[in-house]
Amino acid sequence: MSETAVAVGHDLHEAHDHHGPTGILKYIWSTDHKIIAMQYLFTGMFMGLIGGYMAYVFRMQLAFPGINVPGFGQVSPGEYNALVTNHGSIMIFWVAMPVLIAAFGNYLIPLMIGADDMVFPRINRLSFQVFLLSAVILLLSLFVQGGGFGGAWTAYPPLSAVAEYNQTDLGSSLWLIAVALEFVAFLLGGINFITTLMNSRAPGMKAYDIPMVCWMIVIASVLFMLSVGPLIAGAAMLLLDQTLGTGFYDPARGGDPILWQHLFWFFGHPEVYVVLLPAIGITIDVIATFARKKVFGYKMMLYTAVATGVLSFFVWAHHQFIAGIDPRMANVFTVTTLLISVPIAELCFVIVATLYGGSIRLTTPMLWALAFMAEFLIGGVTGIFLGASGADIYFHDTYFVLAHFHYTFFPIAIIGTFCAFTYWFPKMFGKMMDDRLGKIHFWGTIIPFNFIFIPLFVLGMGGQHRRIYNYQHFPELATDSMYNLRQIATIALLVMLAFQVVFFFNMIKSWINGPAAGRNPWKSTTLEWTTESPPPHGNWPRDELPNVYRGPYEYGHPDREEDYWPQNEPV
Amino acid sequence: MKPIATTRSATGVPTGRLAIWWVLASEVVIFGGLLASYLMFRLGHPEWAEAASHTNTWVGAFNTFVLLTSSFTAVLAHQAAEKGDGKAAAKYLVLTIGGALTFALVKAGEWTYEISHGYTITANNFWAFYYTAAGLHALHVIGGAIIMGFIAFDAYRGKELQRVELIGIYWHFVDVVWIFLFPLLYIAK
Amino acid sequence: MIDIIQGSTYAASIDNLILLIGVLVGVWFVLVEGMFFYLIWKYREQPGQKTQYITGKEKHLKRWISVPHALVLVCDVFILIGAVQVWRNVKQVLPPADSTVRIIGQQWAWTFQHPGADNELDTADDIFTVDDLYIEEGKVYHYRLESRDVLHSFSVPIFRLKQDAVPGRAITGWFEATVTGDYDIQCAEICGIGHGAMAARIHIEDATQHAQWVAANSVSTTP
Repeated sequence: MSETAVAVGHDLHEAHDHHGPTGILKYIWSTDHKIIAMQYLFTGMFMGLIGGYMAYVFRMQLAFPGINVPGFGQVSPGEYNALVTNHGSIMIFWVAMPVLIAAFGNYLIPLMIGADDMVFPRINRLSFQVFLLSAVILLLSLFVQGGGFGGAWTAYPPLSAVAEYNQTDLGSSLWLIAVALEFVAFLLGGINFITTLMNSRAPGMKAYDIPMVCWMIVIASVLFMLSVGPLIAGAAMLLLDQTLGTGFYDPARGGDPILWQHLFWFFGHPEVYVVLLPAIGITIDVIATFARKKVFGYKMMLYTAVATGVLSFFVWAHHQFIAGIDPRMANVFTVTTLLISVPIAELCFVIVATLYGGSIRLTTPMLWALAFMAEFLIGGVTGIFLGASGADIYFHDTYFVLAHFHYTFFPIAIIGTFCAFTYWFPKMFGKMMDDRLGKIHFWGTIIPFNFIFIPLFVLGMGGQHRRIYNYQHFPELATDSMYNLRQIATIALLVMLAFQVVFFFNMIKSWINGPAAGRNPWKSTTLEWTTESPPPHGNWPRDELPNVYRGPYEYGHPDREEDYWPQNEPV
Repeated sequence: MKPIATTRSATGVPTGRLAIWWVLASEVVIFGGLLASYLMFRLGHPEWAEAASHTNTWVGAFNTFVLLTSSFTAVLAHQAAEKGDGKAAAKYLVLTIGGALTFALVKAGEWTYEISHGYTITANNFWAFYYTAAGLHALHVIGGAIIMGFIAFDAYRGKELQRVELIGIYWHFVDVVWIFLFPLLYIAK
Repeated sequence: MIDIIQGSTYAASIDNLILLIGVLVGVWFVLVEGMFFYLIWKYREQPGQKTQYITGKEKHLKRWISVPHALVLVCDVFILIGAVQVWRNVKQVLPPADSTVRIIGQQWAWTFQHPGADNELDTADDIFTVDDLYIEEGKVYHYRLESRDVLHSFSVPIFRLKQDAVPGRAITGWFEATVTGDYDIQCAEICGIGHGAMAARIHIEDATQHAQWVAANSVSTTP
């Protein structure tokens, strides 16, 4: 506390000078966490449009093989592989992570803990610049000679290591460098999130007074930092194989392709929880606000999230059951994988239980939060089929896997984004979004979503394997009924993409002349709602940073007339 | 002007120190992954002992001594910084940087010799790991030395003395990684 | 749940495991989604109704989480037992072979080496084919799976079988066909631009037909 007083005194005389850079330079050199958050958010959304466009192209090819796709042209087999590879890579590394972690982590953490910025604002800016560079390099990789890398987002060697095999010499290396840079950006960003949450909390804010979304983003950052290391080492080895011709993954020289798989999935599995936990955090915060209820079992949720994170380090080889690993190992990983379903089920139960006894208002953000739960549940239960080694023999590399992970990733990355965006839009832009347009966009996204991926479950059960640009060569997969399913999925995607126009229209219209939001339009208890909308540089006047007197979800407290009790209100 | 956030310390640990430990945690996993891969390969390929016999243990030992000494000077720098003596801290940091440069120069000579004798990164997978692991380490030595230079510059002017300890912690880590690399690459023959 | 024919001795066990999982998770899914939508409806905003202040420490409410928690664990155990049994049978235990074939994947075709009339692999009368595998129904086959370049994966949906081919290794597995006919063989690991064209066919014949095929194709000179 005395540190705060010292800091305040020592900087008061500078208070006039420091407004931060102005004009266009603001957007290049600003170290304000809110601006950096916006940069991550809009870069992520832009990349999401590119990833979505790629999905549009390859789904058109799948539904109408050989078609001249409007806005692309005919899809060659090599282009098809590059499209699916980069669609996956973009959605995970350049959409889900920057939006859920970097954008909302950056925006919310200082605000929700009552701080004026992140602890290391210049490292924060550096992290975005590295991230932006990684995105530019990734996009560049699509246009170089030979085309973009087409070895799947998993990049298994020897295909990914040897240019003669992949035929995308430059593209493969650029893709790999882009991914590595993205990792560096998030390592840099993670330091800020973790340190800021640990140290810079408002006076009075104990560990269990921190809003769940902040905890989740930080646990995710820890998970990321501890799991990505071996893959960075592996990526360095892959890059050397690609460029210098070393033999780390070349069996002819004593190397081992399966080493890459282990290094990749040791990260790859915790990575899915890196993106899941923030989405759960967003969901539960929104549900608490619109059900007017404390989270059911805050500590239980917290410990379960940590347990999930820890367990996630022990399940990775369920991606490799039939890869050529020792078959006895598969049994170990089936056990651990099925075990991890327990804490995840628990997280889902807590979310459901929070609704009990509430007073639920179905605003647009609330609809998204509820949809997250409803859809993610499908993703979660279908994972069991894949974690059970005996069943995975059949399902591996089929569209069943693809449908499973879209039923997890879509709720995480897309529903989670729309939930957070519609909820915090009033704070970020000072205006309210149009709720009716919001609902139209919601239903226009959710309903088609199911019509895209349920057919893919069916196709997967029918044996349809992945990453195939045309099923004409497989008589069992070239039946009319299978083509019908592919077409239903594609048409649903077209419908869903069309409805996204409503979102962008709503966003722009509301930003320009939506009704003023005020400080706390949702009557929420957490600290970000105590300051102006949008918050000024420094978030609060320098001598008025909030103190905290209670937990983050004091809704419906029996001693209160009002159904919510802000964290910063003195007793 | 620093944010108030930077000066708070709900855990009691200064934010800079907290941050550097998290950086080290992620670095440990990077090197850990690389070395674990190396170990698995080495155990599965006894014939690598032939290749490994060509690393120069004396040069490796000398570099180990250099790094350990530089860690010592980093400790002295920290002690000086604790006393508020920025100029002394800067002096010791410069000595540490000197150690880093010596290490890098010795390694450059070592590698030149080895490459000219055909022990290149593509010669076989032992050498591939040798150059990759030691190279990644060397990058951290050089990067650390550069940052240390900036901190020494500030310390000489009496500014940001708390960072002397932080770069010292990082430096000890770089040292510890080498303590693992030395036996794995030079002694195990 | 799996509609395509069961063409191997272990296909049924895999399908049954999938069915078991389907039933168990299906029940959970319906219960949880049902409860979820019920609570949304029951606790929808009503004028004048205040929310309950529930911390999650209330014992009678916590039971609604801890009991399902335990039940999930129990279900997992059942699934685990089923999974391990199926896995052991397909991937760990090798029944004695009636015949062996070598399967070689490469960019972008499958080469099959059949043992020829002497039923021994790597002898002069072996039969090499590309993209067509000929086997006899009701016989236990071992396969030796190899790759010439990148990762591939030998996948036969009607068998429910899948196994990655790794360059530098020869991986052994087994199957026994229970039907006759011609069916798809897929490559189930992305292997480059021609991955989608890497289709093959398995021709499962009865004893007579297969003997005829062997006799007609088995040559004394190596190809």
